[in-house]
Amino acid sequence: MQYSEKVLDHFSNPRNVGEIEDADGVGEIGNAKCGDIMKMYLKIDGSIITDAKFKTFGCGAAVATSSMATELIKGKSIDDALKLTNQAVVEALDGLPPVKIHCSVLAEQAVRCALSDYYTRQGIDPVPIVGEIKEPEE
Amino acid sequence: MEKRFIYADNAATTAVSEEVLEAMLPYFRTGYGNASSIYKLGRDAQKAVETSREKVAKALGADPREIYFTSCGSESDNWAIKGTAELMAKKGKKHIVTSVFEHHAVLHTTEYLEKHGFEVTYVPVSDKGLIDPQDVKNAIREDTALVTIMYANNEIGTIQPIEEIAAICHEKGVLFHTDAVQAVGHVDIDVHRQGIDMLSLSGHKIHAQKGIGALYVRKGLILPNLIHGGGQERGKRAGTENVPAIVGLGVAIESATKNIAEKAAVITPRRNRLIDGILKLPYTRLNGDRDKRLPGNLNISIEGIEGESLLLMLDMNGICASSGSACTSGSLDPSHVLLSLGLEHAVAHGSMRLSIEEDVTDEDVDYILEVVPKVVERLRAMSPVWEKMMKGQKYE
Repeated sequence: MQYSEKVLDHFSNPRNVGEIEDADGVGEIGNAKCGDIMKMYLKIDGSIITDAKFKTFGCGAAVATSSMATELIKGKSIDDALKLTNQAVVEALDGLPPVKIHCSVLAEQAVRCALSDYYTRQGIDPVPIVGEIKEPEE
Repeated sequence: MEKRFIYADNAATTAVSEEVLEAMLPYFRTGYGNASSIYKLGRDAQKAVETSREKVAKALGADPREIYFTSCGSESDNWAIKGTAELMAKKGKKHIVTSVFEHHAVLHTTEYLEKHGFEVTYVPVSDKGLIDPQDVKNAIREDTALVTIMYANNEIGTIQPIEEIAAICHEKGVLFHTDAVQAVGHVDIDVHRQGIDMLSLSGHKIHAQKGIGALYVRKGLILPNLIHGGGQERGKRAGTENVPAIVGLGVAIESATKNIAEKAAVITPRRNRLIDGILKLPYTRLNGDRDKRLPGNLNISIEGIEGESLLLMLDMNGICASSGSACTSGSLDPSHVLLSLGLEHAVAHGSMRLSIEEDVTDEDVDYILEVVPKVVERLRAMSPVWEKMMKGQKYE
């Protein structure tokens, strides 16, 4: 299975690439060994994610899922972001090749990881809210 | 900069040449006879097959009776290795020597044999991608049935010391096979002079069509069949001859081997310009020995980026290239070839192979050298790995 037009679009024109200097939450997931690393920056005002940016080392699907994930949570509430599933990212991209599904899982986990960091900075234990962050298997 | 289309992936496959296509066409609609048939249409087909066999033999310095047509390079490798294994097992020889960075057509075949009672020694390669014949010598045992070492590596293009390895095998009385799929048409091969017992080749790497290959088997060596059935190929490889493809292979190999030095004289300087140009980028390295490599091959690791992303961006700029990235292979592991050189996973993930021929002009080289730095800069700008590298931190 090849990449959809939407994946190629989000790869070639990724939305929200970069860093947020004064981010309220930063999450990084993945490892260089398996070839994908995502770093997500969130700006949070009250309960709303006002801005989201990312940096990704990885394949076309890794870039596209990061881009789509930021699009799907920007302007949304934290609660909505916590409900973001990898499946939603896949659907928004009009599908992914089976071997690339792990990239969408990584994107979902990157969001949770950044939210986890946000709660930690607030002095709140993130685990009951965000859950455990799943590191990808090697 | 005007967008160009540049095919720089000839190690993956090549276009069927005009000359090959012209030679093949008559055998689809008019000369379609079965080469085993008794009437003239069949005899003509048989003649065409034999003419092609002579051409393949001539190109390799072999006798036509030593050439068998197969469906592809993988079949040739399978036949040579499994056939030799079966043959030698009867003499109690159940050990095979190969290298860690062979093509999967060889590695997965030896792994299969390991599950069926064979032992296999995988000799290492140097950080330059070269096999030390001494390692092969040391790996050979009393019960060694076969040594199989590739002529030139498909990813990094390094050319192995085939003659020396063959000489060691002969001295030890062990059969020697080489997968020469990447080498044919790019380096001078003379199987008799070089002491090669079996050699695999593929048509689509040298401008014949996909789905045709050949195996050279030295006279006197009688391999058991891999494919059983009719009496084609003197009873050694069943299946109705693919006459157009066989004719195409003959023309292709004749053409590919007639001016190897002239082609190399054109391609090598362009290839070197690409190497030097891309290596100007910081944190890059050439994989494989610079000189002992196929004229058109370059393989460079570019740290901080991932290979598939690089290929997609090159594709958007009209450049067809290939990568050792996991993502292009459908597994999570980067290329076993690059790992065998001692590269770290993260570095191996960010590698790119270009394999050019004469049709890639000096202007095309200029274009590639304009595109690659831009693409690399863009990908590095969005890479958390690169960010860490620039801060002097290291990624696990």
